Amino acid sequence: MEENIVLTARGISMTFPGVKALDNVDFTLRKGEIHALMGENGAGKSTLIKCLTGINDFESGEIHVAGIDGPVKNRNTQDAQKVGISTVYQEVNLCPNLSVAENLYIGREPMTPWRTIDRRTMNKKADELVKRLDIKVDVTQNLENYSLAIQQMIAIARAVDMDCKALILDEPTSSLDDSEVEKLFKMMLQLKEHGVGIVFVTHFLEQVYAVCDRITVLRNGTLVGEYPVAELPRVKLVAAMMGKDFDDLASIKPEGFTFDAEAPLEIEAKGLSHKGTIKPFDLDIHKGEVIGLTGLLGSGRSELARAIYGADKAQTGTLKVAGKAAKVNQPIDAMQLGMGLLPDDRKAEGIIGDLSVRENIILALQAKRGMFNQLSRAKQEEIADRYIDLLQIKTASRETPIKQLSGGNQQKAILARWLATDPNFLILDEPTRGIDIGTKTEIQKLIIQLAGEGKSIMFISSEIEEMLRTCNRMAVLRDGAKVGELDGELTQERVMAAIAGGASDE
Amino acid sequence: MSNLKKLTQKRLFLPVFCMILVLCINMIYDLSIGHHFYNFFEITMTNGMLNGRLINILNRGSEVAILAIGMTLVVSASAGTDISVGSVMSLCASFCCMLVAGFGVSSVSSAEEFAMPLAVGLIGALLMGCLCGAFNGGLVAYLNIQPMVATLILWSAARAIGLLLCNNLIVYIRVPEFGVFGGYLGPIPTPIVIAAVCVAIVSVVLKKTALGMYIQSVGINKKASRIAGLNSQRIIFLCYLICGLCAGIAGIVASSRITSADSNNIGLDLELDAILAVALGGNSLGGGKFNLAGSIIGAYTIQAITTTMYNMGVPSAVTPVFKAVVVIVIVAVQAPPVKAWFKKRSAAKALAKKEVASA
Amino acid sequence: MKQPANTLKTRKQMNSNTMLLVITIILFVVLYAGGCVAYASKGFTTVQTFLNLFRTNAGLICVACGMTCVMLTGGIDISVGSIVALDCMLLAQGMGEWNMSAPVMMLLVLVIGLAFGLFMGFCVGYLEIQPFIVTMAGMFFARGMTAVISTNQLSITAETSQFFYDLANFRIYLPFGGTVNKAGKLVMPYIGVGVVVALVVLVAIFLVLRYTKFGRSLYAVGGSEQSAAMMGLDVKKTKLKAYVLSSFLCSIGGICYCMNTMSASVSQATGMEMDAISSAVIGGTLLTGGVGNVIGSLFGVLINGTISTIVKTNGKLASSWPNILTAILLCFFIVLQSVFARVRAKNK
Repeated sequence: MEENIVLTARGISMTFPGVKALDNVDFTLRKGEIHALMGENGAGKSTLIKCLTGINDFESGEIHVAGIDGPVKNRNTQDAQKVGISTVYQEVNLCPNLSVAENLYIGREPMTPWRTIDRRTMNKKADELVKRLDIKVDVTQNLENYSLAIQQMIAIARAVDMDCKALILDEPTSSLDDSEVEKLFKMMLQLKEHGVGIVFVTHFLEQVYAVCDRITVLRNGTLVGEYPVAELPRVKLVAAMMGKDFDDLASIKPEGFTFDAEAPLEIEAKGLSHKGTIKPFDLDIHKGEVIGLTGLLGSGRSELARAIYGADKAQTGTLKVAGKAAKVNQPIDAMQLGMGLLPDDRKAEGIIGDLSVRENIILALQAKRGMFNQLSRAKQEEIADRYIDLLQIKTASRETPIKQLSGGNQQKAILARWLATDPNFLILDEPTRGIDIGTKTEIQKLIIQLAGEGKSIMFISSEIEEMLRTCNRMAVLRDGAKVGELDGELTQERVMAAIAGGASDE
Repeated sequence: MSNLKKLTQKRLFLPVFCMILVLCINMIYDLSIGHHFYNFFEITMTNGMLNGRLINILNRGSEVAILAIGMTLVVSASAGTDISVGSVMSLCASFCCMLVAGFGVSSVSSAEEFAMPLAVGLIGALLMGCLCGAFNGGLVAYLNIQPMVATLILWSAARAIGLLLCNNLIVYIRVPEFGVFGGYLGPIPTPIVIAAVCVAIVSVVLKKTALGMYIQSVGINKKASRIAGLNSQRIIFLCYLICGLCAGIAGIVASSRITSADSNNIGLDLELDAILAVALGGNSLGGGKFNLAGSIIGAYTIQAITTTMYNMGVPSAVTPVFKAVVVIVIVAVQAPPVKAWFKKRSAAKALAKKEVASA
Repeated sequence: MKQPANTLKTRKQMNSNTMLLVITIILFVVLYAGGCVAYASKGFTTVQTFLNLFRTNAGLICVACGMTCVMLTGGIDISVGSIVALDCMLLAQGMGEWNMSAPVMMLLVLVIGLAFGLFMGFCVGYLEIQPFIVTMAGMFFARGMTAVISTNQLSITAETSQFFYDLANFRIYLPFGGTVNKAGKLVMPYIGVGVVVALVVLVAIFLVLRYTKFGRSLYAVGGSEQSAAMMGLDVKKTKLKAYVLSSFLCSIGGICYCMNTMSASVSQATGMEMDAISSAVIGGTLLTGGVGNVIGSLFGVLINGTISTIVKTNGKLASSWPNILTAILLCFFIVLQSVFARVRAKNK
């Protein structure tokens, strides 16, 4: 093994029932580098990480760790930790009800001669550790008192203190705001200097170029390649991840699909707000338009939509739907007014896992009709079949439990649920997240088609590219407030500038 | 092999299998003590009333069957059980008798002595059941308290309140009009009729309205159901309300059977029977999809177990031992780690077979 | 810059967590003072009355300690009352009918407690069955086994076992707080062996929870099971141990309880699980796990004890009142917890 390599994986293969999740993948992590692991959803990133940390059993291949002779076989995360591979996940895996010091040392507490925990030593050591890593916390306080970013750093501190050589950060930034990300990066760079090899998994391209030295790209369970960052500009990275050049995704907007300020209003929101998530905002939405909500994660995009829909009841302000004043206390009220919301978290708020595809599709329509006005079985089947056909949902039958479908098909079924209610105003919150590129384009086309039929669509996505392709107007959000609107010629530069807070107020 | 597998995967396999098992045990027992094997199934007509062990089981199992209806819905919608049903039964019975007899009166032997008409007492009992259900439902649905902890309150308090209502006495209502609910309606025992009517009503409601889908949907994913326009809280509340009502009905039947309100003994340990019925019915106690028919068969299976043990001379205080064992076995077999273990084993077996075949 | 904001938030958090305990202590003081005012003539104000709270509830204190440990993991154990009944029955029947010596029977009781705990803990920890279902089965099983041993009402006298009788009636006098009885003799207040056992258990569990790996892992598991597993704690084993501890303490509690009642019957100690759970909850243990300690639970027990003492001293109130009042208190504190949790969630 080379001198400066801390971790290598050679020829890792693994199969899930019916899917080759990893096929002969190699991965090398060097000392003191930040190595981005990139790939679309389903590329095999998380499977590879799980193989490295012992959560998954791989079928063939070998893992070598610096300082250890022969291949390493991890059976669980503890084994991995022992050989120096630590992982910090997106959801912080610490106990909020314990003190910071305890979270740092639980399972390996300093003990007194009487085999009890030496709390004083533990607190002292913990204090030294956080000071060394420049995290400003009081180690005796409970972890739940600190922000998510601090908690994430504590998790990293724990990993670092456990003498890790390879630190895997699995989407650590997805729930952090900019300044928090900045702090995290500072910490990563500091660790890098100490010689820790860091595997960084993220969806944010900018972040990759901000801190990483090297990029490994996976696609459909195979290795595309390993590149130094300087040799792989963004466009090429995207191409490597998606397997086709970006230009292939040509514009899908029809001619003349632009913002029409003269169209009648569908939604007029005035001063709507929800305490702690979205400050009062005004928003007009016209018939037949696709309005995009843009802003960073946590800027209040989803929250704005949820306030209109009544998923989080708006505490102030008034709402007019199709010119009439409306009161929305809960989702069903909004639905009766012709709205629909496809939530961003498909698993938690979208699918009803054990129910069949049919029941999932007709659920919202049934709810709208009321409990005592049941759709006949024949009618249910007809609706389900129609949408399975229309959206090409790949399912064994309409009676298959929806949890057995792939992510993309689940998303289509939820979309079908809302289309079945024939909404006038449809909110789509990250409808294309975690979906393969083909389905993505289908959904985008569908959005434009729906708008063409005179429906209003609110479209939320983290990918500006995607928004530019589908929206004819955008509302910009920052820090829980709506800060402006963009219409006319939408370009990436304009949107970026608006999000960042330059020329937003037009 | 594959046929057997198909059979075991049928939804009603577990309850029917258990039922048959209990019947077989009965037959073997009958044979062993020198009776005919069909002794168990014998139905006779004495004084114009149906009699026999089978009828007895159907009759005595009515309360559990009625409770099982409500319990099934509660388990499905909230992934928890209502452990207060037994106590609520007792409270409803006490309330009914207290209304009819008047507070502090310990015995009524004719309709003239009624403090209030019987109908008031019955409706009062049902309302009390609904009230208890609403209390449980309110805590679970609107305050987000774990179901079993929320129902623990009434589990302990309801019986005590019942005692208080009856002034610490056993209130006797020795009036035929009252006794009819636990007696005979023509040749058929009334409890069987009441249970059948309850099951029929609930089945029709589930069939003709979307309630069944709503409940399952909420039980599987509360948040998603809300976004899709269901009022999750109201549906969970409704399930507890129905459960309370069922407990009220069961309380009247149990009280009428002994023509008295015996706070300390009515519905004693019945929560175990009701939960067991749901589990035996092939329903997961983790909520979600449910199967009412299974629960009902489960309920009568439990009663068959109870009756069988009684016939074998096991004291009634001891029967919970066996039921507890059955509960644990059923739930353990359904437990994910055990299922995973079985799967692994059968996979290993299949692999071994393949290897043998290829060699 | 951010530091002061953090500490400010912290102080607020601390309050909401300790608030429940403070409310509990205040409630106890108010209740007891109320009792003193209302029933001063019936001897409520004597030191002995206060000590009797401990004497009659020695068993419950042990049981509540065990319950607290289980509830810290986010579980619950409703088998405790039945196990106590089984213990009493075993002691009474064993020392009486079977002519076993008291120490042997006491040892047997402890072993049976361990066995119950091992089985239920295995079901909860390793088979991942809901604690409520498992311990409910345990509850019915233990109650049924009590009936298997005997369905009679048994009492323990000096003839049953001289040793046990002496142990139960052994008095440890306090050097102060005496009262003059009707005969004009000064009687010093006393406690029994049970109280000493209960207090030892209390202190031991307090230390275990605070200073041992096992104790901290109970909190960790209650805080977040997944995280605890990720941090290398054996969640299954921790849960198993929690239930073993609960059942074992329950058996110790059973012996203390038996020394107090000196009798056994099938229906004994019904509702004790309720008392133990409400004591823990009233004492600030969160039903969701991760927060709580045995000192709070002690106050919970004392509140429950004060209520029944008041009802008993009053003499006119129906015997079911303590049950109802305990349930109301439990309900109140559960709702309070739920409201606090909601406020906390909103602040985030």
